[in-house]
Amino acid sequence: MSLLEVAHLTAGHGLLVACQNIAFSLEAGEVLALVGANGAGKTTLLRCLAGAHRPSQGQIQFAGADITSLAAHRRTAQGIALVPEGRRLFPDMTVLENLLVARAAKRSGDWSLATVLDALPQLRPILTRRAGQISGGQQQATAIGRALMTNPRLLLLDEVSLGLSPVAVEGVYAVLPRLIEAGIAIILVEQDLRRAMATADRLICMLEGQIVLQGPAADLTREAVTAAYFGLNRIAA
Amino acid sequence: MIWINQILQGILLGGYYALIAAGLSFLFGVMRVINLAHGSLAVLAAFLLLVIDHWLGISPFVGLLLMLPAMALVGVVFQLGVLERSLRGGVLIPLLATFGVSLLLDNILFALFGANTRSFASHIGTLSYGSWAINRSIDISQLDALIFATALGLLGGMHLLLTRSQLGRMIRATAIDADAAALSGIDPRRVRVAAAAMAMMMVGIAGAALGMRSSFEPYAGGAQLIYAFEAVVIGGTGSLWGTLIGGIVLGIAQNVGATINPHLSQISGHVVFLLVLVLRMRGAGGLLGDLRRKIRRQPMAPT
Amino acid sequence: MNQNYSIERGTSKIRILLAILLILVAGLAAGPLLLSANDLDHLIVLFIYIILAIAWNALAGYGGLVSVGQQAFFGIGAYAAIRLSYYGMPVYLALPLGGVAGAAAAWVASLFMLQLRGGEFAIGMWVLATLIQQLVSLDPLIQGSTGTSLLVLNHFSPAARRADTYWLTLAVLLGLLGLLFLLLRSRQGAAMQAIRDDEEAARSVGVAVAPTKRLVFVFAGFGAGMAGALWLAASITFQPGTYFGVQWTAYMIFMVLVGGIGTFEGPILGALLFFALETMFGATGVWYLIGLGAAAVGFALFAPRGIWGALEARMGWRLLPVGYRLVLVPESQHDAAASAAVQFDSHA
Repeated sequence: MSLLEVAHLTAGHGLLVACQNIAFSLEAGEVLALVGANGAGKTTLLRCLAGAHRPSQGQIQFAGADITSLAAHRRTAQGIALVPEGRRLFPDMTVLENLLVARAAKRSGDWSLATVLDALPQLRPILTRRAGQISGGQQQATAIGRALMTNPRLLLLDEVSLGLSPVAVEGVYAVLPRLIEAGIAIILVEQDLRRAMATADRLICMLEGQIVLQGPAADLTREAVTAAYFGLNRIAA
Repeated sequence: MIWINQILQGILLGGYYALIAAGLSFLFGVMRVINLAHGSLAVLAAFLLLVIDHWLGISPFVGLLLMLPAMALVGVVFQLGVLERSLRGGVLIPLLATFGVSLLLDNILFALFGANTRSFASHIGTLSYGSWAINRSIDISQLDALIFATALGLLGGMHLLLTRSQLGRMIRATAIDADAAALSGIDPRRVRVAAAAMAMMMVGIAGAALGMRSSFEPYAGGAQLIYAFEAVVIGGTGSLWGTLIGGIVLGIAQNVGATINPHLSQISGHVVFLLVLVLRMRGAGGLLGDLRRKIRRQPMAPT
Repeated sequence: MNQNYSIERGTSKIRILLAILLILVAGLAAGPLLLSANDLDHLIVLFIYIILAIAWNALAGYGGLVSVGQQAFFGIGAYAAIRLSYYGMPVYLALPLGGVAGAAAAWVASLFMLQLRGGEFAIGMWVLATLIQQLVSLDPLIQGSTGTSLLVLNHFSPAARRADTYWLTLAVLLGLLGLLFLLLRSRQGAAMQAIRDDEEAARSVGVAVAPTKRLVFVFAGFGAGMAGALWLAASITFQPGTYFGVQWTAYMIFMVLVGGIGTFEGPILGALLFFALETMFGATGVWYLIGLGAAAVGFALFAPRGIWGALEARMGWRLLPVGYRLVLVPESQHDAAASAAVQFDSHA
């Protein structure tokens, strides 16, 4: 049985359809990269998985249970954590408070304040700073740390490198091997195709709300993914 | 000397205003809703205490132990029945709904208890008139001092709770960004229910203070809402310590006004409130704006 | 499909309706010649309620401003009429100037009150109303909370006074309705409705939010001030506690909420309903008020569009052409009435 199974998922904003008939599955510990142009529906899909957006059709199964209509905080308690687009930290609270507040999920596991700070050592010196007053890279690390504090089995990362300097991106990505080692399944939305293919076991490419290509990252060429990304196959056909 | 006394008495009176304002400020901080039923709920609390004392024949201070849980329950019902639903309706609906609740409460209390003015002054023994003489012209009422100390304790306690406890962090997170809070495992609905229950316990304490230091009747809620609101605005919305300062400024303004002319007591309070509004318009410049910004920078209230 | 479109402001049915309205107005104007004194008194009260509902609806429904302090202008209207009449002004000139005083006070208040948002504005207005009541009570003429009377009116015979007050009230009502109608059809009206629907979005597309809100606020102040002066003309006595009482705003909110906030017709319906309820149950005193409170909460939570709003949404009704409707016309047949596929309507 897969950790996550998505079937016939359709979701939109008002009359606009963002994702259409999405179906895929994910094994425990697997890393999946979700790529596609802006507006392809990646963020909406992640938000549907996390319970932050209500799909209009389809089912989501997690660890064998139907979670389609479960509220976001209940999914967090089941082990799904989203690092949302734009990080969405609590800016008036300190970094430490941002981490501690996620204990609300009440999931026991390997991750505690100590292990999170081991994995993200860059947070140690800034624990008492306000989350709104630290650098973008530090904010992204805090957002990942906050998600880890909920002890996730599935971590959803939405464009964690967006708006960061190359150095800061390296700092954020440095934590990924550690998470993979810990057996956390990851769905990663990433604009940097090379990095996505290097990190992930499997890759899904979305175009205009639909999955146009998926397969093991090792079997796909950059050319094939690029073509799917821009919808070149379709135009040729 | 009379001025020093008036200012001192104004500070003490400010303790009461801070007490009545605390619940309004807290609820606004968490839910961004100005609860127009706030004053009516404080009067409801006073009547609850009256009924409890009447039935059981106990002192209002003991009665508080029953009234406060009852007010917490009122908060839960109010949150689930009115606020939670109205929050989804944009800016207008919470105002209209809570104003409707205040009409409802005022008139139900009138139907049940009539127009008579009530007070706990005769139920609290010497506390209602006892005072300490500082010198020949300055006396400090024991009840006023108790209410001021209660306000300090309540605001301090709230500050500790919001900054040091997991519940406090959850409340602040929900206030800042309910969606992000839910993604961190917080149930925003439950947090808001808890916050509403806490706010109504604060309202309960204020209602008891109202009944002890002066009197109340079913339609006294409007005036309490206005005092609470003035204290909140003068002190800067969303800041608990600002609420204390706002209450004190209001208390001093009223007492100084009353010293000049008895008619000016309330008027000078309202005028100070309007002055603060005008000052705020000028880019929050001047002393008050600076003070407010300093207060806001401290992590004491959900902002 | 290839489509043309035409922009319509009303349907042909509207013209028939306008004719009916004109006949109704003519009938109402003949009231003093046909109706009993008691009926006239009732109609005066009803008209004043409609004026109050229109004024508050303009403020909240089109300006997005919930005020619980509109009694300030109601009281100012009456107070100004008394003051001016005391200075020797003819009473039927002083009464309309009460409305002007309400508008002027609203303009002054707008300079600082409109800085407030949402609930802050709501209670801030209440504070202002309380302050004005206390200041008015300081006027020796008013004799504190005892109040005074518009004694000049006793110089007229009761029948003449009643007829004059009736005509004045009717004229003010029709004038306000006409003014609001024209406002809503003007550029300002489009701005008002844009602000009602989404203030931020309106601002971002270049709607001048602040002047538009001020216009609505002054209009509402004028309406409430006129209502106060007319109430004074009908009841002669003036006590600050009554005229500056928050119950006036409570009535306004009830009428607008139940009738349909942000619609042109809703407040009129709400006022009719309120008047009927008061006639039937007003004598039960406090239970009537409890019922009003419960209805206000119920409508706010479960039917925030009010009766008219719900009817409109369900039936596509619209009596008065205050909005624009875009009618898509198929290329082949330019029959506007045949297809009303898409409506861009002001009545959201």
